Amino acid sequence: MSEADRNASSAGPLAPYLARLGEARWVVATAAVAVFAVAFFSPAPWWLIAAAVLAIVAVAALLPRRSRQSRRREAQAQAMLGPVERLSAERLAAAVPDPLILFDQSGRIAHANRPAQTAFGAVQAGVDVRLRFRSPEMQELVRALLVGNVRPSGVDYAERVPVERHYHVNASSVGSGTGLFVLVFKDQSELRRVDRMRADFIANASHELRTPLASISGFVETLRGPARDDPKARDRFLDIMNDQTARMARLIDDLLSLSRLEMKSFIGPDERVDICLLVRGVIDSLTQLAREAGVEIVSDIPEGPIEVPGNRDELIQVFENLLENACKYGQSGKKVEIAVTRDADDQKGGAEITVRDFGPGIPDEHIPRITERFYRVDVEESRAQKGTGLGLAIVKHILSRHNARLTIRSVVGEGAAFTVHLPGV
Amino acid sequence: MHIVSAYDEDLKYLAGRVAAMGGMAERMIENSISALVHNDVPKAQKVIADDEALDEAQREIDDRALSVIARRQPLADDLREIIGSIRISSDLERVGDLGKNIAKRAVAVAMARQPVKFFRGLQSLSELAAAQLKDVLDVYASRDVESLRSVRDRDYEIDAVYTSLFRELLTYMMEDPRNITPCTHLLFCAKNIERMGDHATNIAETIYYVVTAEQLPAERPKQDRSHDVTVEAGD
Ligand SMILES: Nc1ncnc2c1ncn2[C@@H]1O[C@H](COP(=O)(O)OP(=O)(O)OP(=O)(O)O)[C@@H](O)[C@H]1O
Ligand SMILES: [Mg+2]
Repeated sequence: MSEADRNASSAGPLAPYLARLGEARWVVATAAVAVFAVAFFSPAPWWLIAAAVLAIVAVAALLPRRSRQSRRREAQAQAMLGPVERLSAERLAAAVPDPLILFDQSGRIAHANRPAQTAFGAVQAGVDVRLRFRSPEMQELVRALLVGNVRPSGVDYAERVPVERHYHVNASSVGSGTGLFVLVFKDQSELRRVDRMRADFIANASHELRTPLASISGFVETLRGPARDDPKARDRFLDIMNDQTARMARLIDDLLSLSRLEMKSFIGPDERVDICLLVRGVIDSLTQLAREAGVEIVSDIPEGPIEVPGNRDELIQVFENLLENACKYGQSGKKVEIAVTRDADDQKGGAEITVRDFGPGIPDEHIPRITERFYRVDVEESRAQKGTGLGLAIVKHILSRHNARLTIRSVVGEGAAFTVHLPGV
Repeated sequence: MHIVSAYDEDLKYLAGRVAAMGGMAERMIENSISALVHNDVPKAQKVIADDEALDEAQREIDDRALSVIARRQPLADDLREIIGSIRISSDLERVGDLGKNIAKRAVAVAMARQPVKFFRGLQSLSELAAAQLKDVLDVYASRDVESLRSVRDRDYEIDAVYTSLFRELLTYMMEDPRNITPCTHLLFCAKNIERMGDHATNIAETIYYVVTAEQLPAERPKQDRSHDVTVEAGD
């Protein structure tokens, strides 16, 4: 038990003052000696010396403790490494491609390499690892390390936001007597995702394919039986069957594309993309579809370039899906507007892209849900449009990888507007 | 100067216990929903058992916090920190209760035979709530309270999804009376998840107050009826 504990636990009204006095005992003692020394060599009256000593003791007892902030800062400073250790440790950490976190005996992070910062966000020096990695297994791992009980095998750790990731974490102490420990995170997301993808694919695909399959086999039955000799009915049925197979093909495409997206490990976008050029390209590729739907696409795109970090193919898919939805579901409005602007709120030069239609709009209660997989406002309508309910789920997934935001506004009867905010950095 | 750190150790210990409780609560949300969706009775039973540990942890934090207050007579920001840990742990304990309630429903009803569509909305709702709690607890570690400002928007989003899910489940009940029992249970589960989100928001408010001594700014004025769909993958 430390000095302060003993002082403080001897309760009573004086306890806190005694504790403070205890904390400052060295300063008080030194000051007192200094006062006596000065007094010894100078002809000051005795009461002045007594008053000086009393004042020192009183101040030491009454002065409040240092603020929490100042202690936190000190702890942070303590957690930083000395220059030499830092150089070698940080260089080593930087050379490791996996997230790596060094922490000291008090559990405070001393250094987190770049992959760790990308993966876990706020893991700056001074943060307690146990506060950041809260899963019971990680708590136990760190505890075991700190009491000197290193387990050779690591533990599994998962993060679900912003993108699901799974790690196998290995821990050990660094050298001997450095008082440092290291956590290395091995990314296992891909393995897990494959598992999950399989389960998901089976659950979703089987469910979603059942309806069109049932309808096709129903028509085959009819064509074999009652409608065998009715050419008009045959043509109509074949058309419907054609639509249904197209829908199934599309469903499989969408599911695969979503699964592929989920398979990719989580690394931020690396290329810079000119949004103006990209959106113009998307409009070109969809003019045919728009014409068939009887919709006019009106674009408002500056000369550009407006460059943002992004993955070109993925962003093309985002705007294709949004524009296609606008043409399909906003068909009755006859017009679709697409506008690109610089994001006024973003100093780092982000872009804002709005796709607006003038169709029936989306009732309020459905808006928060439509980015869910297979969610459709009107199942019949979506079927008629060969929709699978995956388009916006794909959009959402891609945007989350871009740290982007999607805002949906709609007034029923007046149309819907989907705005993508892409950050500049 | 080991005297200072004895007191700091107290505070650090409290924060560590709160974080560990947070980890348990996060795990309970995850496991209770997964038990429900996959009709995993052993997992549900584990959640029910885990709640015990959470209750125990809360009691321990309360005792410890009170004894620190009695021994140290902390001043302003330390006192806020200690009271904060009491409040956060009580919110986390409530989250655990709600998770336990979901787990009990998972045991009570055989959900295995129910169509997948019943669960999709519930899953995405629980992902929102879990993400909210995770982000808030991450701020407890980093103290970067600025990012707490978006908490209210996200709480609003959770409410909106809940409302929509409520309607959806009602339609299933009206479609077929056999759906009434499972969907009633799912309605209660959805309500529980929505309240987990509320507790996460409470925790955000507490953390903001602990760090800044001010109240978390009130909801942004809702200029228009727009929906910021949080783009978080993982569903
Ligand atoms: N612009 C819009 N206006 C009205 N409703 C819309 C609009 N965009 C999307 N929706 C609604 O949201 C639902 C989900 O859209 P999403 O793009 O995810 O799926 P889909 O169009 O049905 O299928 P897919 O895009 O995979 O072919 C649609 O079924 C439709 O009900
Ligand atoms: Mg679509």
